[in-house]
Amino acid sequence: MKKPINQYTDYGTPASSSTEQVTLEIDGTSISVPAGSSIMHAAVAAGVSVPKLCATDSLEPFGSCRLCLVEIEGRRGYPASCTTPVAEGLKVKTQTPKLADIRRGVMELYISDHPLDCLTCATNGDCELQDMAGAVGLREVRYGYDGENHLQSEKDTSNPYFQFDPSKCIVCSRCVRACEEVQGTFALTIQGRGFESKVASGVTDFMDSECVSCGACVQACPTATLIEKSVVQHGVPDYSITTTCAYCGVGCSFDAQMKGEQVVRMIPSKHGGANHGHSCVKGRFAWGYATHKDRITTPMIRKSIHDAWQQVSWDEAIAYAASEISRINQQYGKASIGGITSSRCTNEEVYVTQKLIRAVLGTNNVDTCARVCHSPTGYGLKQTLGESAGTQTFDSVMHSDVIFVIGANPTDGHPVFGSQMKRRLREGAKLIVADPRQIDLVQSPHIRSDYHLKLRPGTNVALISAISHVIVTEGLVKEDFVRERCEWDSFEMWRDFAAKPENSPEALSEELGVPAEDLRAAARLYATGGNAAIYYGLGVTEHSQGSTMVMGIANIAMATGNVGREGVGVNPLRGQNNVQGSCDMGSMPHEFTGYRHVSDDATRALFEAAWGRPLSADPGLRIPNMLDAAIEGKFKALYCIGEDIAQSDPNTQHVTHALESMECVIVQDLFLNETAKFAHVFFPGASFLEKSGTFTNAERRISPVRRVMTPKNGMEDWEITAKLSTALGYPMQYGHASDILDEIAALTPTFRGVSFKKLDELGSVQWPCDDEHPTGTPIMHIDEFVRGKGKFFITQYVPTTEKVNGRYPLLLTTGRILSQYNVGAQTRRTDNVAWHKEDVLEIHPHDAEDRGIQEGDWVGISSRAGETVMRALITERVQPGVVYTTFHHPESGANVITTENSDWATNCPEFKVTAVQVNKVSQISDWQRNFKRFTEQQVNFVEQASKPANVS
Amino acid sequence: MSIKVYVPRDSSALSLGAHDVAAAISAEAQARQQDIQLIRNGSRGMFWLEPMVEVETAQGRVAYGPVTPDDVASLFEADFLHGGKHPLSLGLTAEIAWLKKQERLTFARVGITDPVSLDDYIAHDGYRGLHNALKLSAAEIVKQVTDSGLRGRGGAAFPTGIKWNTVLNAPAEQKYIVCNADEGDSGTYSDRMIMEGDPYVLIEGMTIAGLAVGATQGYIYLRSEYPDALHILNEAIDHAYHAGYLGENILGSGHRFDLEVRRAAGAYVCGEETSLLESLEGKRGLVRFKPPLPAIEGLFGKPTVVNNVISLATVPIILDKGGEFYRDFGMGRSRGTLPIQLAGNLKQCGLVEKAFGITLRELLEDFGGGSASGKPIRAVQVGGPLGAYLPESQFDTPMDYEKFSEIWAVLGHGGVVAFDTSVDMAKMARYAFEFCAIESCGKCTPCRIGSTRGMEVMDKVMSGQNKDENIALVRDLSDTMLNGSLCALGGMTPFPVLSAINHFPEDFGLDKAQVAK
Ligand SMILES: Cc1cc2nc3c(=O)[nH]c(=O)nc-3n(C[C@H](O)[C@H](O)[C@H](O)COP(=O)(O)O)c2cc1C
Ligand code: SF4
Ligand code: SF4
Ligand code: SF4
Ligand code: SF4
Ligand code: FES
Repeated sequence: MKKPINQYTDYGTPASSSTEQVTLEIDGTSISVPAGSSIMHAAVAAGVSVPKLCATDSLEPFGSCRLCLVEIEGRRGYPASCTTPVAEGLKVKTQTPKLADIRRGVMELYISDHPLDCLTCATNGDCELQDMAGAVGLREVRYGYDGENHLQSEKDTSNPYFQFDPSKCIVCSRCVRACEEVQGTFALTIQGRGFESKVASGVTDFMDSECVSCGACVQACPTATLIEKSVVQHGVPDYSITTTCAYCGVGCSFDAQMKGEQVVRMIPSKHGGANHGHSCVKGRFAWGYATHKDRITTPMIRKSIHDAWQQVSWDEAIAYAASEISRINQQYGKASIGGITSSRCTNEEVYVTQKLIRAVLGTNNVDTCARVCHSPTGYGLKQTLGESAGTQTFDSVMHSDVIFVIGANPTDGHPVFGSQMKRRLREGAKLIVADPRQIDLVQSPHIRSDYHLKLRPGTNVALISAISHVIVTEGLVKEDFVRERCEWDSFEMWRDFAAKPENSPEALSEELGVPAEDLRAAARLYATGGNAAIYYGLGVTEHSQGSTMVMGIANIAMATGNVGREGVGVNPLRGQNNVQGSCDMGSMPHEFTGYRHVSDDATRALFEAAWGRPLSADPGLRIPNMLDAAIEGKFKALYCIGEDIAQSDPNTQHVTHALESMECVIVQDLFLNETAKFAHVFFPGASFLEKSGTFTNAERRISPVRRVMTPKNGMEDWEITAKLSTALGYPMQYGHASDILDEIAALTPTFRGVSFKKLDELGSVQWPCDDEHPTGTPIMHIDEFVRGKGKFFITQYVPTTEKVNGRYPLLLTTGRILSQYNVGAQTRRTDNVAWHKEDVLEIHPHDAEDRGIQEGDWVGISSRAGETVMRALITERVQPGVVYTTFHHPESGANVITTENSDWATNCPEFKVTAVQVNKVSQISDWQRNFKRFTEQQVNFVEQASKPANVS
Repeated sequence: MSIKVYVPRDSSALSLGAHDVAAAISAEAQARQQDIQLIRNGSRGMFWLEPMVEVETAQGRVAYGPVTPDDVASLFEADFLHGGKHPLSLGLTAEIAWLKKQERLTFARVGITDPVSLDDYIAHDGYRGLHNALKLSAAEIVKQVTDSGLRGRGGAAFPTGIKWNTVLNAPAEQKYIVCNADEGDSGTYSDRMIMEGDPYVLIEGMTIAGLAVGATQGYIYLRSEYPDALHILNEAIDHAYHAGYLGENILGSGHRFDLEVRRAAGAYVCGEETSLLESLEGKRGLVRFKPPLPAIEGLFGKPTVVNNVISLATVPIILDKGGEFYRDFGMGRSRGTLPIQLAGNLKQCGLVEKAFGITLRELLEDFGGGSASGKPIRAVQVGGPLGAYLPESQFDTPMDYEKFSEIWAVLGHGGVVAFDTSVDMAKMARYAFEFCAIESCGKCTPCRIGSTRGMEVMDKVMSGQNKDENIALVRDLSDTMLNGSLCALGGMTPFPVLSAINHFPEDFGLDKAQVAK
């Protein structure tokens, strides 16, 4: 799948969505295009390329370079083809002697203020200015080079990933427009007028501006003015391979632009179904961890976690692991063994791992990290709508009139989708935000939420009850929809429940900390404002009533008829890249692929026949159960792939205690992560650049991951699992990840039509993909819910037991930021640390003042689970009584404080609510001191392993 | 009864000391216990006579000027309050030849009334157009304007009726009327004079425009250097609101029209209509490409009439007397009158409203009285800083859009600036590039870089470097700017440049014969 780096046609202006066709003639060729297309777009469609510099089809036309002028029969002058719309019967000429003169004249002006160092320029050969100078036949610059110019302008290299060299700038504004139109950050402007016009960011440079380093401007720049430092370093890439970002659940497609085995840059694919050519700082730039020095590429084993590691060959490592598993199996029984996969694994990796646990070991003790994030989504949506997945495609938001964001922070957590949402909001869609914190969407350039329901952490279900109350008591129910599409009985029950006075906004206002009139107004807006879509995140799921809230959301969507078409729906924003996929792949202890329960005989029979082994009908252990069992001495061996439970799971001390209690912990990862410090076998993993497979994003989009370089560890991850399985006496014979996907397709109805071949053809595909929907299903539940009739559930609010009291008077809630990703194992090993060096505690000025805390002070945060220390950031983003932090750095120990409280239905931890006390302190906590000591010791053990002398 | 004494409050008169004169007259009258009513009127447009004081007498208004405070005592001595003779006597105002020879339609009231007095306005035929308009359908109003032949006076001379019709037929919940009062052309002041001298006529014109196209909100985008106009307009708008001529129910008709003055950003290019709209929206004044026309997607993306002050201020008389009446003035396709503004090296500078068809020579000689310096007039720039320079051989061209266009010149906003034989046309050509470089919004390449390069090449020409090559380069550059620029700022800069080279080659060290272009 190697492609040239300039593989896409640039039509100059965005495509028109009109259904009306217009026919015109361009240079004698007749062409029909949708009404509203530009002449330039039509020309390119007709195979005629018109010179251009300021136009590119990701941006609205601007009309500033004046290279694209054309002649139109019967019209005066020389209209710009990028800004002139087509009209029936036009006769357009794009090449005439007069046009050639004008274009050459314009080009001569450009070059009169441009350095003459093409040959030594970083984009030599990949520069539109250079191309255009050639295209218009510029031969000399009669103005000379002694006139006024910008050649001495200073370079801005402040951003770690790209540089800005204004001496090469042609002031086409593409960067400014990209930042506005595509990213929606408005970090750039053109400063000055006339000849003095120049691109400006922030007060001094990019790093001190609003820039979030998404790279859109760099991509839009036609010259070497804004350019990736990696291109300056390595030169223009030779070829490109399309793959998928390994960070968040947006699942952006990227073209890995390569020079041999060297990734030169990652360019968001123009045809990416989820991202349409946009990216965020992580996917675009933060891939350097793949070659970071901390990466471990040789397998290691050891008897005890107090021993130094021993580097061994793959065969030895696998044989050792297999022998340990067999030993434990014999000694303690199969129930003492389990596996944990990660949402960062490919579908194929998850599939082979659960197959290994189920088929080889004969238990269902397999779980995934989605347990700690979106398990309530799977449960809640399955119960109400019938499928454990979001209902929409991302593009659907462009048809929304009302956007309701609950417990999600799209601009940080799902940045590329956040940008798309912002574009829709700038077009005029209304916005309701329910979040304890003032997330960026509440107020950002050209966007302001209509309602910010600043509720107290832990009161989500009260919020949904209040909104439901308004909908049912103010006659806002779409009754015809409910009658036709839903179970009427369940609706009536829910209606009567919601109508109870204790569920009214007035009754719940105090508990929520939100004025009743805001609740009423927001509910009315949601129910009557046109197409209304709900987007939610971990702020919904990571609660003791996470599943209840998901069902509550589905209730109001059904009641108002906001399901089953574009612009509406219930949309979980998945945290990690493959949360959806790993759940789809049967990674949960109670389900096979496609959410089929292990107790279902027919499904089990299907898998038994395919796998040739008897399978257990009993659901296995969930992660928290495994940990509890370990502490009880009943769980002894864990195969953990790509997941770092010692950092990401709640109550860290409980987790590490459990790990210490096991006899064989096998960790497969790129780095010595926190869990690996408790491991006995370390299988070095391959990065996403080194393997093949698929990821499934938040909109059920299956996208290909393609290997662009040889695995540094020697093997793709599924191969490691297959080898382990073989060593355990169950040979897995796959030649390539595509063979695994074929097996998944054969065994999973919703994946029936998926194959690598199809992905090569279509780029990506949204499941269900079967004979009925051979190209996938962007929007679900269109004519009917997957479960037949939609079902309403009563959502009684039960306050969490995690309450503030005299000892722990504040509520801690957690989240993440744009530049870091999850536990940070990858992003911390990139220059993204430039934006986030450490986790800090956000605290309201009043709470800070009460405690004598100043900005930047060390503060101790203690809960009934533990204590840690971070620096304080005083901000009104959080409300009084609430503190907030992120969990990207292990040494901050955010999860030392979180408790093992969890969702009643799925055990998803209550990360979002912990009662804490905050005090000014002078030093780090005991836990942190121990952590430091332990980390130093473990890192030492690895260093000893890499010394040849120690290999015996 | 007290005697009415008029001292202009027009800012050109103020800059010549009209306030002091007014104060001196008040003081003197008080000292002499003379009962006078001092009225601060607009200017009659004879700047060499400002401050021009008028007194109402039984015979009509008599004028004195230019008056300084020192003259005031002697005026009283000469019993000017009853038209007494004085060295500064100008006789009956209405008989002053300069005024008598004009056809003042748009400027009918300017200098005559008290600008902020609504009663005065109504007493002088004000708001008759609006009353008529309220009896007509929107399309009928538009038809009157179309029939009048009125073309935009802001420069582009686009037929106003056609523009209005486009806005009328554009379906939208909100439409706007925007008055372009950014008057940036050097040597022009007709917009200012009418806003300071007869603000209601503009307010009425905009109100009628609102009725005609279905717009309920108007904005006057006012040049930032016009503080007096700002005060006068705001005061007049207040009065109009109070009297029900503006607001949610105009004269009980059920029609709404709100009006607000916005101060401009202070850049020449913000007078360009799309840049103006950007600026009104609170953004940088960057030119937009067209289409979409502002009439379809204008202010905040809504259908918008953008018209010059004079275009809008001419609407009331058209609606009062009918399109036919207005159309009877003028020649060819240039109908009605044009308020021409004489400036530069002339004996008599000021405002001349004449039907189209008067020649440049008549203007320069009969009205302007020839050059102020006494040297022959060598060149005249018509139509502002982007207008062509005309040599003496073209002075017989009638003021007519098409006739000017035939000689590669423009009428623009009606500014006429005269230069005598001391002018260096090479410097003027360089200045044209310089003006463009200073005022360029910087959006499009031909203007952004071209204007600066133009200055540089002109410097080379003027210092005699490779003259032929560099003149050829100026011509090529002009061609690129003319055909390639996004708006008329860059696109018309070649007019003054090339006309200077073509008509005055000797100033560039070129042979007349060489310049055959
Ligand atoms: C650089 C530039 C400056 C302009 N300045 C003005 C101005 O100050 N006042 C004005 O009425 N029109 C000005 N115009 C013309 C306007 O773009 C527009 O044509 C006019 O406002 C339309 O009104 P009209 O049809 O009544 O003339 C300018 C045009 C350009 C290109
Ligand atoms: S990197 Fe993104 S946010 Fe930063 S200036 Fe460029 S477009 Fe704007
Ligand atoms: S930095 Fe690049 S994109 Fe931005 S104005 Fe300059 S040349 Fe254009
Ligand atoms: S982290 Fe998410 S938003 Fe950013 S590039 Fe990757 S998939 Fe896209
Ligand atoms: S011609 Fe000049 S003023 Fe007009 S758009 Fe271009 S740069 Fe701006
Ligand atoms: S591409 Fe059309 S003006 Fe630049």
